[in-house]
Amino acid sequence: MEFEPVIGLEVHAELLTKSKMFCGCPTKFGAPPNTQTCPVCLGFPGVLPVVNKKAIEYVLKVAIALNCRINRHTIFERKNYYYPDLPKAYQISQKRLPLGYDGWLEIEVDGEIRHIGIADVHIEEDTGKLIHGEEGGFEFSLIDYNRSGIPLVEIVTKPEIRSLKELEEFMVALRQLLLYLEVSDCKMEQGSLRFEASVSLRPKGSSELGTRVEIKNLNSFKAVLGAVEAEIKRQQQLLMRGEKIQQQTMLWNEKLRITEPMRTKETAHDYRYFPEPDIPPIVITDEWLENVGKNLPEFPKQRMQRFVEQYGLPIQDAKLLTASKASADFFERCVSMLQQPKTVANWMLTEIQSLLHDDQIGWEDCPLKPEQLAGMLKLLNDGVISGRIAKSVLEEMYRTGKDAQTIVNEMGLVQITDEAQLRPIVDRVIAENPDAVEKFRKGDEKVLGFFVGQVMRATKGRANPQIVNKLVRELLKGR
Amino acid sequence: MRLSREDVLHVAWLARLELDDAEVERFTWELNQILEHMEKLKELDVTDVEPTSHVIPITNVFREDEVEKPLPREEVLANAPDATEDAFRVPRIVEES
Repeated sequence: MEFEPVIGLEVHAELLTKSKMFCGCPTKFGAPPNTQTCPVCLGFPGVLPVVNKKAIEYVLKVAIALNCRINRHTIFERKNYYYPDLPKAYQISQKRLPLGYDGWLEIEVDGEIRHIGIADVHIEEDTGKLIHGEEGGFEFSLIDYNRSGIPLVEIVTKPEIRSLKELEEFMVALRQLLLYLEVSDCKMEQGSLRFEASVSLRPKGSSELGTRVEIKNLNSFKAVLGAVEAEIKRQQQLLMRGEKIQQQTMLWNEKLRITEPMRTKETAHDYRYFPEPDIPPIVITDEWLENVGKNLPEFPKQRMQRFVEQYGLPIQDAKLLTASKASADFFERCVSMLQQPKTVANWMLTEIQSLLHDDQIGWEDCPLKPEQLAGMLKLLNDGVISGRIAKSVLEEMYRTGKDAQTIVNEMGLVQITDEAQLRPIVDRVIAENPDAVEKFRKGDEKVLGFFVGQVMRATKGRANPQIVNKLVRELLKGR
Repeated sequence: MRLSREDVLHVAWLARLELDDAEVERFTWELNQILEHMEKLKELDVTDVEPTSHVIPITNVFREDEVEKPLPREEVLANAPDATEDAFRVPRIVEES
């Protein structure tokens, strides 16, 4: 029998607010443990949470961008559970009335467009971080509450993802969207974007859902794809042997590349949700909704199409440039200063991309500014520097943050176009290579390139190649 | 619906309350009294009444996204039964997921 996987995702993204969800504590990543807390996010008795308006707006943005219906009258609820990552013994979340529900995100797999359903988009607070340890037989957990109370958007898909390829496309498209909306930095290595997957199998063509297994704590695309693939295989083998799938929660073992049951007590969830009495209901007015909707950025797909039409770029280049908002913004800013879209695109997608690649960083963290690239390209256009020198100037700008003109002045990289200055060098190169001169005399035009190359080398790339070319011809003929 | 002894023990466990036998008996009776009263309320016709989650008629109480000074760490950890220099320390608990 052939099986088909049914995959669903739960995505948590930390929102980019400066302060926490219900108090004014900072949200900076990497601060020393327990230095960004206060009585509210430590869950002291008697404190009152007050909602960060920006966090609501960010989640509204996400809900609208994911084509969701909006609950215009919404409330917070308490999710009760007893675990030390929550100092209050409950998490303030949403359950019955999420901000957004019933939406979709478009993905493209092998040229085919699919809409993956979004069940729920809601807001909740993040928990503290536990580090487990053991000393002399005593097992303990150390708790850092800096993360406690940072606003999160939780996005839950419908179980509509059908393959690993769709899964990957979905994650890429969702991350891209969140970055375009500028609501989360989506840094997976810092835990600002986290995934949980649910996987079940069913006979191909069936419409029933099988028993689903959840996989928790997946913090990279690779972990999600690896874990889901392994889980599909595990379930397939069980079903082929005629065994039943048990509903359970698994963890991903990256080393062994298998999913393993989580160490848990086998009691069912009993969160006893109820409306959070400390936070009055939230009403999303027409005006508010309209305002948020009006201020949404242009989405990746639209921007890609506009790049093709407005700048005459090939689709592949437009796709690469709009893959992140940061690179698309870089491109447009640079083109606004220098109206040569194709040149700018080429430099970005080859030279700068390779520098970023070497440093393993994205366009969001690119140290080079569009002004610098535009400045360098102008010097190139004006013949102040040669194409070969331009590459070194670019790298120097990237490393030092200086502008092109400064680097050219400091390093003496100005192109040599003065014939009087180049002539003696050409003369010398010709004198040093009698064999090549002989070949030229016999009609071998190819050696011209050799001479030009030698002159470029002698001038460390600063000579203007056209002028050198002309001089080489002239002086060889004069022999 | 009547609450059993086991229900009461379960609810007590969820709230991490330790009850002796006499308390279990008393709470079983009291909780059932409350539920019976709820049953009585159900007799009311509420067809045209909007569900209410909050009794005070205010909405949209917000703060702007502004950072305030957090507590110094010494104060944060001062009342903890057990702590290291920079973190709370608790016995490790197997997560009940």
